[in-house]
Amino acid sequence: MIIEIGHYALVLALATALILSVLPVIGARRGDAAMMALAPTGSLVLFALVTLSFGALTWAYVVSDFSVANVWENSHSLMPLIYKYSGVWGNHEGSMLLWLLILVFFSALVAVFGGNLPDTLRANVLAVQAWISTAFLLFILLTSNPFLRLDPAPAEGQDLNPVLQDFGLAVHPPLLYLGYVGFSVCFSFAVAALIEGRIDAAWARWVRPWTLAAWTFLTAGIAMGSYWAYYELGWGGWWFWDPVENASFMPWLAGTALLHSALVMEKREALKIWTVLLAIMTFSLSLLGTFLVRSGVLTSVHSFATDPTRGIFILCILAIFIGGAFVLFAWRAPMLKAGGIFAPISREGALVLNNLILTVATATVLTGTLYPLILETLTGEKISVGAPFFNMTFGLLMLPLLVAVPFGPVLAWKRGDLLGALQRLWVFAGLSMFAGLAFFYIQNGGPVLAIFGLALGFWGMIGALADLWYRGNFAKVGFSVGVKRLIGLPRSVFGTAIAHFGLGVTVLGIFAATTFGTETVVEMKQGASVDVGGYSLTYDGLRDAVGPNYTESRGHFAVSRGGVEVADVWSSKRLYTARRMPTTEAGILTFGLSQLYVSLGDAMEGGGMVVRIWWKPFILCIWGGALVMMAGGFVSLSDRRLRVGAPSRKAKPVKARLEAAE
Amino acid sequence: MTRKQKRLAVIAGGMSFILVAVLLVMFAFSQSVAYFFMPADLAKADIKPGTRIRLGGLVAEGSVKRGQGSTVSFTVTDGTGNVPVTYTGILPDLFREGQGVVTEGAFDAASHGFVADSVLAKHDENYMPKEVADRLKKEGVWEDGKGSKGQANQGQTNQGQNTGAKGTATR
Repeated sequence: MIIEIGHYALVLALATALILSVLPVIGARRGDAAMMALAPTGSLVLFALVTLSFGALTWAYVVSDFSVANVWENSHSLMPLIYKYSGVWGNHEGSMLLWLLILVFFSALVAVFGGNLPDTLRANVLAVQAWISTAFLLFILLTSNPFLRLDPAPAEGQDLNPVLQDFGLAVHPPLLYLGYVGFSVCFSFAVAALIEGRIDAAWARWVRPWTLAAWTFLTAGIAMGSYWAYYELGWGGWWFWDPVENASFMPWLAGTALLHSALVMEKREALKIWTVLLAIMTFSLSLLGTFLVRSGVLTSVHSFATDPTRGIFILCILAIFIGGAFVLFAWRAPMLKAGGIFAPISREGALVLNNLILTVATATVLTGTLYPLILETLTGEKISVGAPFFNMTFGLLMLPLLVAVPFGPVLAWKRGDLLGALQRLWVFAGLSMFAGLAFFYIQNGGPVLAIFGLALGFWGMIGALADLWYRGNFAKVGFSVGVKRLIGLPRSVFGTAIAHFGLGVTVLGIFAATTFGTETVVEMKQGASVDVGGYSLTYDGLRDAVGPNYTESRGHFAVSRGGVEVADVWSSKRLYTARRMPTTEAGILTFGLSQLYVSLGDAMEGGGMVVRIWWKPFILCIWGGALVMMAGGFVSLSDRRLRVGAPSRKAKPVKARLEAAE
Repeated sequence: MTRKQKRLAVIAGGMSFILVAVLLVMFAFSQSVAYFFMPADLAKADIKPGTRIRLGGLVAEGSVKRGQGSTVSFTVTDGTGNVPVTYTGILPDLFREGQGVVTEGAFDAASHGFVADSVLAKHDENYMPKEVADRLKKEGVWEDGKGSKGQANQGQTNQGQNTGAKGTATR
């Protein structure tokens, strides 16, 4: 019964979304307040209906109702409870429902917090959101319905794919979707602005918090996914330039560019048309990512099914929304007034450079991802584009950006002084270089080029601190006054500094882990030892163990340093009984920011085991940096100037002073 | 400089960055793209030793031999051609005789064998790399759900009509 209610709620949601797609737009055209007022209420109703539907599916998973085909295919009564919850989105149908839930969640947020938007803009934005909701509701109901029943009901489910039974995966999709789908709000704002043919700095002020929120969650989602792949797949890598990873990375890059260009638009009314275009592109890349992952054109852990109708359906959604938005853009953009001129060397100029590099880098990733698909469709030739391609293109193109990052915040708006900025920053550049050298010396070994990479990481970190140092003017006014000045600064300044610092941490982690990391593959018999990264591992034999829905043989290793045992680690090979599927569970030991990663191979004749051991120095910086970036996003979001619906009149005198201080 | 000249300089700077990017992409494509082959194709195509390619097919039954340490040798077959492959490292969990694999590497000039540096057999027990599955299906060597452990699927295909077709493809 509950399942049927969920199904019915989804159908009702489609009806609501259809009404919501049409009436508010007409209302906005005619200036009919009653029709426009339908938008916020309708969005809340839509959210309630989809939540009900999602709740019904979750319930079916929790009670293991195997009469539902989707539950039977992806669950097992013995599975731990948390994976019963995450199993809801660990499959195609449920994951699309989660996508939709988050989409209507964002619509509801706009409805709730959009009180200070002009009525017509709010009505249009919510209507565009409803168009997207309609498309995905149709997709779910027509091609990927999670509520189909089985008769007779099987007694036991087929279990969730073992590699998905993991905490990282339980939180990765919701975080990722909060980011992916969050950009839909920017898209809707852009399309609404094009429909109205009017756009100003206030628009950017409304859009920026949504961009920031989406970007923050996407950062977290990508980092989580990367960490999951790192420890769960047992390959020791943290980024494979797999098309599916690229699919989530491209919206992140474009979203980062959008975040910065919206800043220019908000402060200086420049780059209006570009910002609108970027908002459309960012969400288009999100949609493209959904298509790549969900259509089954790629084989990966994410493609749960290959059903051609689904692929064609998503391709249609893609064509309608991206094509439609670009046509609207081509038609309406010339009507938007451009404004705000600035010198090339200025804060705006730096942000334009940021946008140029980020969009070009996005384009190279896009080329590398789509080229094999296009080539196969056109000529039938099959090629693979792997890490070497992306490292050569994307890696090189991003280097100038990493050098430029610390300059941006210290340049003045409108007309900056590069020489002055250079004078101020050269001490810090020197410090970064020295830190890179010192790091290299302590770790000793690796190519000399790594010094620059490491210095680049420190440069990002120290540069962010230098920005705060100059804003507080510590050198002139002394420590206590400097701190007072810093406290008076708007939170977004700290957000910027923290996020840039995080970028530096990630860069440092990438260079340190790739340069100084080692990989050892050895055959080990019981009692044998091997030295890795200054630690000595002793193999202590295999033991059998039984988990709730798997059996495993676990290898035990004692880890010692300088003859003293410091830790021990288990690494295992598991066999999930329901699917007869083997997986490797890597044993990971964390020492500070570095990790020792032990993965079991095959048993050899004569009782030995092939063991693969990685030493990954400072690897945690990669994800730690992403966490810091995320923290920067949240700090910036808490800035009262950005807080949607914050009383603007009361804050005005304060704001004027703060802006002067920037 | 006048404003016009300044603007031109900025545009020229931007364009040259894009140009660099395009050249870089083209260069990278010429350097690092691996083409996909199956054993039967190799007879027709003339591949020089040292050129990186992807070689896909089925692991021939009874061909997997463990050598020194973690070196493994096996034969990749597609029914018509056979290619001996050596690989040093840990094979993926789902590597089995009779199952599909994609290996990446190059032919060795001396031994004329294929030396792989990566072996893919991905996350699913029915996983057949897409390139391999497409070709093998066309040639009738292999069908959906009929791997060496194909019997695992038989129970599902006659479960309820609405999932019957999906049962084999989904998991």
